[in-house]
Amino acid sequence: MAAKRESTFVNMLSTLLVITLVAAFTLGSVYNLTKEPIALAKQKKLEEAIRMVLPEFERLEAIKIKSDREEDSLQFFVAYQADTVIGVAINTFSNKGFSGEVRIMVSFAPDGTIYNTSVLDHKETPGLGDKMQKNKSDWSNQFNGMNPVSYRLKVVKDGGDVDAITAATISSRAFTDAVQHAYDTFLTYQKEN
Amino acid sequence: MEYIIIIISAIFVNNIVLAQFLGICPFVGVSNKISTSIGMGGAVLFVITLSTIVTWLIQTYVLNALGLHFLQTIAFIVVIASLVQMVEIILKKVSPALYSALGVFLPLISTNCAVLGVAILTIQKEYTLIEGVVFSSSTALGFGLALVIFAGIREHLDLMEVPKGMRGVPIALVTAGILALAFMGFTGIV
Amino acid sequence: MNQIQNLTKGFIKENPVLAQLLGLCPTLGVTTSAFNGLGMGLATTFVLVSSNLVVSLVKNFIPDKVRIPSFIVIIASFVTVVELVMQGFVPALFDQLGLFIPLIVVNCIVLGRAEAFASKNTVASSVIDGLGMGLGFSMALTILGALREILGSGALFGFKFIPGEMILVFVLAPGAFIGLGYLIALTRKLNK
Repeated sequence: MAAKRESTFVNMLSTLLVITLVAAFTLGSVYNLTKEPIALAKQKKLEEAIRMVLPEFERLEAIKIKSDREEDSLQFFVAYQADTVIGVAINTFSNKGFSGEVRIMVSFAPDGTIYNTSVLDHKETPGLGDKMQKNKSDWSNQFNGMNPVSYRLKVVKDGGDVDAITAATISSRAFTDAVQHAYDTFLTYQKEN
Repeated sequence: MEYIIIIISAIFVNNIVLAQFLGICPFVGVSNKISTSIGMGGAVLFVITLSTIVTWLIQTYVLNALGLHFLQTIAFIVVIASLVQMVEIILKKVSPALYSALGVFLPLISTNCAVLGVAILTIQKEYTLIEGVVFSSSTALGFGLALVIFAGIREHLDLMEVPKGMRGVPIALVTAGILALAFMGFTGIV
Repeated sequence: MNQIQNLTKGFIKENPVLAQLLGLCPTLGVTTSAFNGLGMGLATTFVLVSSNLVVSLVKNFIPDKVRIPSFIVIIASFVTVVELVMQGFVPALFDQLGLFIPLIVVNCIVLGRAEAFASKNTVASSVIDGLGMGLGFSMALTILGALREILGSGALFGFKFIPGEMILVFVLAPGAFIGLGYLIALTRKLNK
């Protein structure tokens, strides 16, 4: 076995320099290779969610509408069937989740009725809060067909009409809040159009 | 108000050890005595807060500014590891009293996943620098709290008759499970 | 020591989680289902094998005093590779494992094997050692994940075979601690 290199200052410095350079170069190339698949995967997830929450459409228009409660704006996907709007899918979120942001896609019919919902991203507790996902339970179906004009978007405990997930009131509240967020912004959008 | 919510949620509701499973190694390793666990808690508080500030600045002004966010993991771990070393050296020179209290725990901290975990969480949650400081220091307080409570229980556990195979770490983990169950009671408060 | 022993020592006798009690954070954090446990286990195995390989290749060029920082940089690079590849090709699993992927860097098993084994042994032995330890780690995580999934939601790898509500607490944090406690006790019994 060859002798180890001495721990002189020059040796230490050159070793660390070489290792970090090689690491940076490798990571840079891997990043470039995976950049496209990552973007595609994100895009695909979004498209799947849009298709899931909207009825069959001919043309989709993506716009940004300024949210009234946040600095940012929300992404709107307006679905057209022969020049008439048949529904609007909104990429919305709430920060009131049990562990951070809950991001969902919610769609409204032109009269403001909730058409369907789909969870995009959340970090809620597995087994409890994750029941908001369609593949875990049908909890979120209770929103479908409701119009927030008469349907109070709050969990029953807070005096609303939404039945919370058992033992996951906070997650349910966040989901409901995200729908409310989308609805408020949807009203602003309707006023402008 | 926002800060109070961050503080309560970080200490009790999303307790870093009992709900997020970060920093388990020191939690199981140095929780035999209350006095050592207080020392460890103090050292973690110091390092987590300091490293969150430094990593936040690096993320904002270097990684984000240059579009190098994919280097986050490697940059953070290098920064944290060097920071711990530096703190150790400076503490030894400047305040030998503090060093003798916290010093022995410092080398253990660089491999404590709670430090890197909190640094990344602060970025993920998109906190401002001040929110990040509040979040990281209260998370560290939550770590210290869990550690001290757990050490208190384990001091008594030593006097109990435990079946042979369960002695030591297994019974400690089961105890931690019951403690986690107790902490779940805080869920509704924020 | 022959290579077969070298490979299998990590399974039960020196199992990184159940016998050496290393890497407990990801063990507890991601094992809400057998699939998540397996995914995390394989990601860690990849990092272990690659970092052991590289460390054993360059061990003679690295001066002793900068040994640890060099290893950390090597490990962190592989972790980032895993992070990027998973994000691109298995985004669903990446979302589930979340924070624990970057935290493979501070998993004591990886640095531990680099320091205790790869920096002293040949390339071939180091790779086999990494593979064995990684598989042992995956095994522990999959078993704990399966246990929690069966008891907590009556399912295994996502297929529900016991109808109705189960003992929910096993999917939650307390179940992780308690399940792991009993698994470690069982391993001790097997190792006697």
